[in-house]
Amino acid sequence: MKLRRVTRRTLLRWVGGGAAVLGGLRAVPASAQAGDIKVGMLYPLSGSLALIGRDMRQAIDLAADIVNTPHPELAPLTLAAPAGLPKLGGRKMQLVWADAKDPATARAEAERLIDQEKVVALMGCYASAYTATASLAAETRGIPFLNAESSSPTLTQRGFKWFFRTGPTDETFTAMFFQMFGDLRKRGKRIQKLAILSENTEFGATAAKVEQAQAKAQGYQMAAVEMYTSPPATLEAELNRIHAASPDALIANSYLIDAVTTIKALKTMRYFPPALVAQDAGYVLPDYIKDTGKDGYYIMSRASWALGLGARKRLVGRVNDLYRSRYNEDMDETNARSFTGLLTLANAINLGGGTSPTQILQGLLMTDIPEADTIMPWKGIKFDKDGQNLYASGVMVQLLDGKYKVVWPFDLAETSIVWPAPAWDKRS
Amino acid sequence: MNLLLIAVVQGLVMGLVYALVSLGLGLIWGVVDVVNFAHAEYMMWAMYATYFAVAGLHLDLLAALPIVVALGFLAGLCTYIVLIRRIMGGPAVTQIFTTFGLLFFLRYSAFAAFGPDFRGITWPPASGSVLILGVPVSTAQADAALAALITFGLLHALLQWTKTGKALQATAQNPAAALALGIEVEWMYMLAWGLSIATAAVGGVFLLTFYQVSPTVGDAFLLLMFASVVLGGFGSVLGPLLGGVVIGLVESVAGNLVSPTFKLAFVFAALLLVLFLRPGGLLGQERRG
Repeated sequence: MKLRRVTRRTLLRWVGGGAAVLGGLRAVPASAQAGDIKVGMLYPLSGSLALIGRDMRQAIDLAADIVNTPHPELAPLTLAAPAGLPKLGGRKMQLVWADAKDPATARAEAERLIDQEKVVALMGCYASAYTATASLAAETRGIPFLNAESSSPTLTQRGFKWFFRTGPTDETFTAMFFQMFGDLRKRGKRIQKLAILSENTEFGATAAKVEQAQAKAQGYQMAAVEMYTSPPATLEAELNRIHAASPDALIANSYLIDAVTTIKALKTMRYFPPALVAQDAGYVLPDYIKDTGKDGYYIMSRASWALGLGARKRLVGRVNDLYRSRYNEDMDETNARSFTGLLTLANAINLGGGTSPTQILQGLLMTDIPEADTIMPWKGIKFDKDGQNLYASGVMVQLLDGKYKVVWPFDLAETSIVWPAPAWDKRS
Repeated sequence: MNLLLIAVVQGLVMGLVYALVSLGLGLIWGVVDVVNFAHAEYMMWAMYATYFAVAGLHLDLLAALPIVVALGFLAGLCTYIVLIRRIMGGPAVTQIFTTFGLLFFLRYSAFAAFGPDFRGITWPPASGSVLILGVPVSTAQADAALAALITFGLLHALLQWTKTGKALQATAQNPAAALALGIEVEWMYMLAWGLSIATAAVGGVFLLTFYQVSPTVGDAFLLLMFASVVLGGFGSVLGPLLGGVVIGLVESVAGNLVSPTFKLAFVFAALLLVLFLRPGGLLGQERRG
């Protein structure tokens, strides 16, 4: 029998189509007006973190739009009222997006954005491991790099001159866990034995180290520390060992697919620890709720932001309404940080009065944004000598009835904390 | 409960799942002598097809199964006709880069088509858990393990008891001699690709009942697939079955009793040990020259 041969032209067409598909994933800069300020955005837009990458991109696009066009209704939000940057004659921000989908690509794309696209500053990259390599490229070239989402403390302990971080670190967040544990103990909860389940790259490994150090310093017993490679095919062995150790609280440093796999395995095992306390990541994404449904309830997470803050701070609700009108979903605690990051960078460029690296650096060092001008629960934004925001902090949220509700600090709480979480057969 | 018993039962179940998704990889490797690096991507596409059949068309999973498997079979045939046939007999490096290219093409096409979202389904018959030797195992995983055994049984029967199956085996053992005996070797290669991707599709359908699909889902399974095939040995259907089960067991027992952090290290140490003692794998046959 003769098989139909595919002509070379057909094949070329297919290959061309494939290339177009691949090309479509690479970000193309929006049409630039002369004089726009080019800023490089390094985020995972493909690969396993692409989903969160898209959410961050939406928030950053919105922030740039708020800077570039007048939004007096959002005052006192940083740079909302004027169009563009007032000290630079109203020049606008132009975002140049690149796909930082792994540490090596993050660095290569950082170099490309600086050398070829001539961006004046960079922002990125969510995953601490990617931020670490990309910021190295910026440091060696003397270009400011602002990070809003990575929490690995080591990033601001490298003695870098050009690296700044607006968000909290794992040390700040983890200290918060232990403050909450302390407050709960005062209320009579038994919290002595802890366990850690953690993915093993920069994010998880560093967080686990910080968690162990703080637990030890405060006299808690660490009953099990289980590290895994994400995405895992299964997490049963890890969770069996944690079950056997029966901790009073399980601390989880996990990405989305790991978090969903964890909940499913726990349900199969008919076991749930008294508390599952997460370093956000996978546990705070909208898809976590979508994929686990009610099984995913009762987990707790650190958060830099929660929609529930809107009850105290009207700006939170107004910005989220704008976001929702564009993207038909709510902001989340991660992209609220990205949003704030871009406004901080724009503010620094404005303060420095120009687009040379040293002017932007000056602007970053002069930054002192009060709490009222942000959507965050932080006291404000001001960098220390290492480039870390002195005021970055957070709250603890718990997933109850499909919503992340602030449960700690108790004076900010929207609702009472549920501790211990109910057993599987006691859940309605 | 005894941790060893839990580890063995869970390892056995996951091992059968690994075996199911690796089976097709071993088949192509054995018959066509091509290493298909894109195998896990076909499984990913089958997961998407199942997702849209169940969540979009509201079909029952068991109604979607034959459709997705048939699509998988066709995809395998097409891949062979359009791409693989052209590189048969070419240098090994060409074959490697071709299937690697296919991996990226399939993955990024999925990105373009479906976006990065994780998608999952709920199949009510697979919700909850069942007790196997007193150990709770997710019903979905137990179903997938059962599907693995049935698929292996069917394929084994096909190879052992039908003329076509024997022709496939002959082609695997010596294509030149098979050709001389009047076997349509080209047809056998096509059939091997079709069957291979069809079994990946069975794996995809059942995997979706307990694992979310996204364009990168293959990353969690690809290495384990290769390990299963190499450890079990080429040239027989039972190779990947045994390989998958051994890998599931080593991963689970070492993970539970020693340290989950190093479970993959144990898996690959076991693989190296087997290859050191039996270079052809546990059930391996001599490879053609």
